[in-house]
Amino acid sequence: MTGAQSHYEEFSKGIWRENPIFVQVLGMCPMLAVTNSAINGVAMGAATTFVLVGSSLLVSLLKDFIPKQVRISTYIIIIATFVTVADFSLKAMAPALHKELGAFISLIVVNCIILGRQEAFASKNTVRMAVADAVGMAVGFTIALVLLGSLREILGSGSLFGVSLFGPHFEPWVIMILPPGGFIMLGLMLLVFASIREQREKLGERLAAEEGAA
Amino acid sequence: MSDPAHPNMPSEPSGTRLVATLAAAGLFSGLAIVGIYVATLPIIEANNARALERAVFQVVPGSTRMQGLLLDNGELHAAGSGDAPGVYAAYDDAGTFIGYAIPADGPGFQDTIRLIYGYDPAKRQIIGMQILESRETPGLGDKIYKDHDFAANFDALSVDPEVVCVKHGKKTSDNEIDAITGATISSKAVTAIIRSTNARWIDELPGPDGVPPLEEGDAP
Repeated sequence: MTGAQSHYEEFSKGIWRENPIFVQVLGMCPMLAVTNSAINGVAMGAATTFVLVGSSLLVSLLKDFIPKQVRISTYIIIIATFVTVADFSLKAMAPALHKELGAFISLIVVNCIILGRQEAFASKNTVRMAVADAVGMAVGFTIALVLLGSLREILGSGSLFGVSLFGPHFEPWVIMILPPGGFIMLGLMLLVFASIREQREKLGERLAAEEGAA
Repeated sequence: MSDPAHPNMPSEPSGTRLVATLAAAGLFSGLAIVGIYVATLPIIEANNARALERAVFQVVPGSTRMQGLLLDNGELHAAGSGDAPGVYAAYDDAGTFIGYAIPADGPGFQDTIRLIYGYDPAKRQIIGMQILESRETPGLGDKIYKDHDFAANFDALSVDPEVVCVKHGKKTSDNEIDAITGATISSKAVTAIIRSTNARWIDELPGPDGVPPLEEGDAP
């Protein structure tokens, strides 16, 4: 019972409490670079999920065989292998998307979320825990990418997943699909996220105080 | 858990062990990478060939068959399977020649623009153009492939004396390209790419009579 609970705990922390984008503020390069449309966010999220879950699985399986002196090089080899597999697979299965994402698929190798999870979690935990953690982090990352991609696409192109929303008279906010728009929108999202967290914490404190008084 | 008298201190691994670990990781990684490369190569090549075919048929309206051509000592002949063709000849169902499709590339505003355009040697006109690859500014320069009015410039564009780019709405003769407002640099870049490619190819391309006939077995 407790085992299942802690697996769920490791999974869910990546989505909210330790969300890699909104809380840890990691992986900003792909976050800002590819999110000018929702579909790009989905593709980037899927590729990163594949690499992160695969790497965490392998690293936690092999953790007893990898001497700590060469662990970083070994993790990087494992991560780079998964990235190459994702790169070629995407190129074969979805050439248009691959063209759109360009170099950013290869750059997943240097996404700090992935190496960070290997070093901080997968190398010290059981396989099931590591996979739960990786899936949670990947889902949290993907949600953030798709959210930012959707908002930027709605404002910057007047469409969502390529479907036009506002008809021909909408004048797109071109800045939103340019790099500055990524920074502006991400800043606004961090603001909203932080204020929600703050209010939840205050609510929790008040409830605890009331309970203490009673 | 651990006995305080015998602290759980693993001995430091030997140098051989370290090298062996990295070598094994490299070996498995190499096998995996080569495996996925070999497995996806035919699909990727087929995708590229299909994309090229679609582009050729689009820039030479009415064509349904094509073959690659190579220029050798001023003479055009059908490219073998191993060579990279310079231009493509496009034919209709019956194998009658319609026009050439000429790939071209050059510097754009941000990065190299790759495009392909159709050329009818009988009329000495460009009859279609498609951007294959570009990284022009979203919302501005990317209109070179999103703006239908700009694309319409290339439906019947005379190559004599040469193609030129004019301000939006100032197009008066049929060798002029109506630029996109807000994307002047990208419009000029496309014009310059076509102009320099014309200079390289137009005089080398024979009229309909001199085109190598479609080699059988080349049908899609």
